[in-house]
Amino acid sequence: MKSKKITWNTIKSWNLLLPVVALILVMAVNIIYDVANGNNPLSFFTITLQQTTGNGTILYGRIIDILNRGSEAAILAIGMTLVVSSSAGTDISVGSVMSLCASFCCMLLAGYGVSSTSQLAVPLIVGVLGGLLMGVVCGMFNGTLVAYFKIQPMVATLILFSAARAIGLLLCNDLIVYVRNDSYAFFGSFLGPLPTPLVITAVCAVIMTLVLKKTALGMYIQSVGINDKASRIAGLSSKRIIFLTYVLCGLFAGIAGIVASSRITSADSNNIGLYLEMDAILAVALGGNSLGGGKFSLAGSIIGAYTIQAITTTLYALGVSAAQAPVFKAVIVIIIVAIQSDPVRNYFKKHSAAKQAKGVA
Amino acid sequence: MKKKLISVLLTGVMAASLLAGCAATTATAPAPAAEEVKEEAEEVVEDVEEAAEEVAETAEAADGELISVGFAQVGHESDWRTASTKSCQDVFSEANGYDLSFVDCDNDEAAQKEAVRSFIEQGVDYIIIDPIIATGWDTVLTECEDAGIPVIVIDRTIDDSDKYVSWVGSDFLTEGKAAGEWLKAYAAAQGITEINALIIQGTIGSSAQIGRTDGFQSVADAEGWTVLDKQTGDFTEAGGQEVMESYCKSYEGKFNVVVCENDNEAFGAMTAMDNAGVTYGPGNDVILISYDACTAGLEKVKEGKITADFECNPLAAPTVEGVIQTLQSGGTPEKEILVPDNWYALADQIVDFSVDGNAQTMIEVTDEVIEAQY
Repeated sequence: MKSKKITWNTIKSWNLLLPVVALILVMAVNIIYDVANGNNPLSFFTITLQQTTGNGTILYGRIIDILNRGSEAAILAIGMTLVVSSSAGTDISVGSVMSLCASFCCMLLAGYGVSSTSQLAVPLIVGVLGGLLMGVVCGMFNGTLVAYFKIQPMVATLILFSAARAIGLLLCNDLIVYVRNDSYAFFGSFLGPLPTPLVITAVCAVIMTLVLKKTALGMYIQSVGINDKASRIAGLSSKRIIFLTYVLCGLFAGIAGIVASSRITSADSNNIGLYLEMDAILAVALGGNSLGGGKFSLAGSIIGAYTIQAITTTLYALGVSAAQAPVFKAVIVIIIVAIQSDPVRNYFKKHSAAKQAKGVA
Repeated sequence: MKKKLISVLLTGVMAASLLAGCAATTATAPAPAAEEVKEEAEEVVEDVEEAAEEVAETAEAADGELISVGFAQVGHESDWRTASTKSCQDVFSEANGYDLSFVDCDNDEAAQKEAVRSFIEQGVDYIIIDPIIATGWDTVLTECEDAGIPVIVIDRTIDDSDKYVSWVGSDFLTEGKAAGEWLKAYAAAQGITEINALIIQGTIGSSAQIGRTDGFQSVADAEGWTVLDKQTGDFTEAGGQEVMESYCKSYEGKFNVVVCENDNEAFGAMTAMDNAGVTYGPGNDVILISYDACTAGLEKVKEGKITADFECNPLAAPTVEGVIQTLQSGGTPEKEILVPDNWYALADQIVDFSVDGNAQTMIEVTDEVIEAQY
C-alpha cells in the first residue's frame, strides 16, 4: 500500500506528466471516433509492415505518420528550447532560415540557375554541409544581435524572419529547384523500416541531451536564463552562452530545412517551414517550459512538437474539413495550455492539500 | 563558392543596415522595417517613372506607327507568371509593330495603380492590367476612360468596375469540368463502373481551387460518383504528401481516383502512394488527375504516373493582340475571352469528350510537347 502511494506521488511530481497526458488525450480522441464509427478501436494506434513501391518494407500507421511528420517541428523545438531558456525570448526566424538552408543546399546540388535536375552538381555531402553551414551563419547573425548588441530577440530575429526566405528565393532565381535524385531523397524517406526524419530527430535529441547533461552547458544556459547578471558575476560569459544557443538554434533550423526539402526533393522557398516557427514556439510552451527563460526540459518540448502533429494527424483522420481545422486546433491548444497554467495548477494543489488536511484530521 | 560569398555579404549588408537603424534603442527597431518597405515602394515608383519616361522618349522618337502598350504585371512569383510575362514581351515586340512598356509591380497594389496612372500620363494607346487585387479599380479605370485609353484585363479579374474593354484569361471552372468529363469518357472506355474519388484541393478560397473543385464536383454530382473526401494540400508538394498519406489509411482500398488541384500536389501524392504500396497511373489501380500541366507535370504524364493533366494556359498575349487588332480596326471585342487551355495525356488515355456541349481535343504528350511547354 505504501509503495503504491509513493509511485503515485512520483508520477504526480514528474515534470513531464502534463505534456504526456495532453499527448495521450489528443490521441485518445481517435479511439472514441473509431468506436463511434464501428471501426477497430485501436486502428489509429496499429502499426503494420507495409510493402512499398521502391522503398522496401516500412513501418506503416498513423503513429508513424505523427513521428515522421512532426520531426521538423521537433528538431526546431530543440533549438528553440535552448534559445528560450538562455535569452527569455524566441527565435522567430527558424522557419525562414529552414527555407534558406534548403534553397542553398538545393542550389549547390543542382548548380546555380538550374531549376530541375536528376544529376548532382556537387557531392551530396557538400550540399548538405553547405545547407547546415548556412543555418549556423544565420544563427551567428541572430546570436550577435541578441547577445552582443542586446537587441530584443523578437526584433533581432524579425530581420531574418522576413529576409531569409527572400534570400532563398534569390538563390533559386524565384523558382522551385527540383533535385530529383534518390540519394537526396534519403533524408526525407526511410532508413530501413524507420522514417529517416524520425531517426535524425532521435540522434539530434540524444546528442543534445548528452551534451547538456555530461557537460555543464545545460546548467550554464539555465543559470544565464534565470539571472544573467548573477551568472556573469559568478564567472560565466553570459553573452557567449546566449550566442551559442542561437547558433545551435540556427544549426537545428538547417537540419530541419534539409529534412523538409529532402521530403519533396526540391527547394520550395515559398513554402518550406512556413509558419513552423510558431509550431516550434508552441511546442516549447506545450512541453511545460516557461517562455520567460530559465529552467527547461528538452524532452517536454519534443513531446510538445509531437502533440501538435498528433492534433494535425487526428484532424486528418477525423476528416475535419480544412477550413475548420484551425478552429479545432486552437481549441485543443487553449485547453492544453490552460491545464498547465499556474492558476489551474495552484487550484489543484490547494484542492489536494485541503483533501489531505481533511484526511489527516 | 562565389554564391556563398554573396550570401555572406548579403548577411553582412543586412547586419549593417540593422545597426544603422537600431543604434538608438531597441524600441524604435521596427521603424527601419517600415522605412525599408517605404523605400522599396519608392523604388518601384521610381522604376515606374523611369519606364514612363522611356515611353515618352520612344513616343517622341517613333514616327507614330508603333502601337504603344503599357503592361502592369503582378510580379514574378511562379513559373507560370514568368511564362505569362515572356509571352507578352514576345508578342508586343517592336518587330511586331508594338512599343511595350512593362512594369513588374512586385505584388504591390499601390505600385500597380501608380503604374497605370503613369501610362495615362504618357498617353499610351492601350493598357494591359493583370490586377493584383480585384477591388478598388473604379477611380483608376475612370481616369483611363476619360483619357480615352482602352484597358484590357488579363488573368485575374476586376470585380468593382466594368470600365475595361475585355477580360482575357483561363476559366478554372471549365478546367474542372473538363477533368470530370474526361474521367466520365475514360471510365466508360475502360469499363470502370464505380468511381470513388479523393480530392486534394488547392489553397482554400483561391479562384483556381474554387473553379476546379466546383467544376469536377458538378460532373461528379451529375454522374452519381462518390467523392470520399476533400482536404487542402495548399498547392504544395509537402501538403499533397501529408494529405495523401492520411487518405491512404482512411480509405485503404476504397478509392480509384485521386484528383490533385495542381502538379506539385500530385508529386506529393505519388510519394505517399508509393509508400502505401498503391499503384497509380494508366493501367494501374488509381487514376491520377492533375491540373496546371507545367513541364515537370508533363514529364510525369510521359512516365505514366499522372493519367491526365489539365492545363491553365499562361500565354494570354496572343489573344490580347487579337483584341487590340479588333479595336484598331474599329470593332468591338467580346467582354470575356477565354484563352484556350490544353488537356494532356498519353495516346491510350486520349478519349473524346465534350464540355458544355463543346467537343474537346486532347494533346498526346511527347518529348517535343514537353520541350515546347513553358
